[in-house]
Amino acid sequence: MNAAARPLGGGRRLPLSWLGVVPFFIYVGIFLLLPTGIILAGSLVAPDGSISLSNFAGINQPYMFKSFTGSLEISSVSSILGAIFGALLAYAVATGNPKGFLRRSVMSAAGVVAQFGGVTLTFAFVATIGTEGFVYLWLKDRGIEMYPNGVWFFDLPGLTLIYLYFQIPLMVLVFIPALDGIRPQWREATESLGGNAWHYWRYVAGPLLFPSFLGCTLLLFANAFSAYATANALLTQGGVILPLQVQALLTSETGSSSPGLAKALALAMIAVVLIVMSVYALLQRRTSQWLR
Amino acid sequence: MNWHRFHRLVFAAATVIVVAACGSTSTAGATDWSKQTSASGGGGMDALVAAAKAEGKLTVIALPPDWANYGAIISGFKAKYGIDITSLNPNGSSQDEVNAFDGTSRAPDVVDVGQAVALANTAKFAPYQVKEWNDIPGGAKEATGLWYNDYGGYMGIGYDSTKVPAITSVQDLLGSAFKSKVALAGDPTKSNQGLNGVIMASVANGGSLDDVSKGVDFFKQLKQKGNYVPVVGTAATVKSGQTPVLFEWDYLSASHGKDVPTWKIFVPSNAIIGGYYSQAINKQAPHPAAARLWEEYLYSDEGQNLWLKGGARPVRQAVMTAAGTVDATAAAKLPAVPGTPQVPSGDQTSKASQYVVANWSAAVA
Repeated sequence: MNAAARPLGGGRRLPLSWLGVVPFFIYVGIFLLLPTGIILAGSLVAPDGSISLSNFAGINQPYMFKSFTGSLEISSVSSILGAIFGALLAYAVATGNPKGFLRRSVMSAAGVVAQFGGVTLTFAFVATIGTEGFVYLWLKDRGIEMYPNGVWFFDLPGLTLIYLYFQIPLMVLVFIPALDGIRPQWREATESLGGNAWHYWRYVAGPLLFPSFLGCTLLLFANAFSAYATANALLTQGGVILPLQVQALLTSETGSSSPGLAKALALAMIAVVLIVMSVYALLQRRTSQWLR
Repeated sequence: MNWHRFHRLVFAAATVIVVAACGSTSTAGATDWSKQTSASGGGGMDALVAAAKAEGKLTVIALPPDWANYGAIISGFKAKYGIDITSLNPNGSSQDEVNAFDGTSRAPDVVDVGQAVALANTAKFAPYQVKEWNDIPGGAKEATGLWYNDYGGYMGIGYDSTKVPAITSVQDLLGSAFKSKVALAGDPTKSNQGLNGVIMASVANGGSLDDVSKGVDFFKQLKQKGNYVPVVGTAATVKSGQTPVLFEWDYLSASHGKDVPTWKIFVPSNAIIGGYYSQAINKQAPHPAAARLWEEYLYSDEGQNLWLKGGARPVRQAVMTAAGTVDATAAAKLPAVPGTPQVPSGDQTSKASQYVVANWSAAVA
């Protein structure tokens, strides 16, 4: 990244190469920095219009913590399950024929499915295993009740299931480069030195892949933590997770609307994502020392 | 500038101020409708119609076509005055409506909001009194005309009688025949309709308008029995069968009959919760005359009868019944009210809301 910013010619008096990144910075400014600034400023405005930190104190309530735990729960579960299954699939693909059918089909499918989300994805699931979905009704006709103890589908477990649909392929996409970086020669070297499969995984591949695996899991975590449209289409009741709590605080028509508190909560979410992404960047740097 | 000219300037300025303060319209030629608090004040209905036609446009917000017959009302207004209506965000909440007051030419001119939002945002509304102002009961309007109730109804439990047994009390819903069937028509932590559903459940379970906790407990029990479906019920979910039992305003519930002919509505005699929505005009309405004409249309016999046809009870219904101008066929179709209705005040609503916001997710999630 640093090298790209430096003009390569060197002889020119007016380096114009920075012009190329201007659209990018304008874009980032308008769609990332400006909204963050608005959220920061808005979170400092108390309901009576004065400037104070009272909104942050407002977060300190049991139902807020509940949506916090809800968000952490769904992000952790969906990112860990997504990372494990995604890594296994990625390993199967990476060790297979690099030009084979499996790799080509899995990679293109993952590329498409990882971007699938929002209302369309939720609708697909509702139409399949919702209480009027065709799989649900098909099973019911055969005497099998999918939800004997109440419908968990319209709750956090259902949302986790839907998130996995894009988490697993995303893991495949981001983890494959790391797996590709593992050279077969390293395995051969281990074996020629008398090591077995355990030694190879414990002392060679494991330590090399672990930072990348952890980093990718964090990326998945942030991906789930900040997802909104999918959850909004499925969970229409109560601020079960943070993005929905923010929405409820902004649109409440029963006198509980509190834009300042909503913005304080959004800022807390930004802080969480910032921490997660910093650790991710750190781990990526460590990974890239070995795998290139 | 010499003293003489300065004198004249001051005099001229003072004249302008005095003229403006008197609200006189003779000098400017055109009336500034954004300042008018009644049609007669601005030169009468004909002048209002002419000014609104000159504006040619009206922006409304959060009016679903199947909600209280708004589809027909919007096309009726268009046909009568030839004014084009832009309908923003039909499924928005009352709060979304006032959030859209951004001072631009795209902002909504008029809103139809729940009581709590009306009370909280009076500073954003322009006072206006329709021709039939005196027909609106005193408790149903803000004295100067910042907001005024338009139509209302009672909380009911709509149900598909082919899928569940007939409902005779709210407690019936805890039975095993209602597994995965009971839903609310709004998220009670933010929707007026959803909140009133919980209030109704509370009153039916020994609570009161001041104590919504029994309602939250009731939904917690529903959830524990596996009867509660955490999906916001809409015309679509009723049609597909996802929400065969739905807490809803009776006038909205009545509209499901066209999709589900076996749809019935139960209003518990021990918990008749009434609720009215209110009209208000945006203080910075981009089309001030059209906004005022829209209100005149809504409160005219024609507008009120259109609401009635949608199953909602218009605020002038009693007066119109006495005068014989009410649409008798539509009135006869309204479900009978089996007792004395209770209407939560703005204060009670906001207290109930605070309790529900703090306790809802723990109860049903």
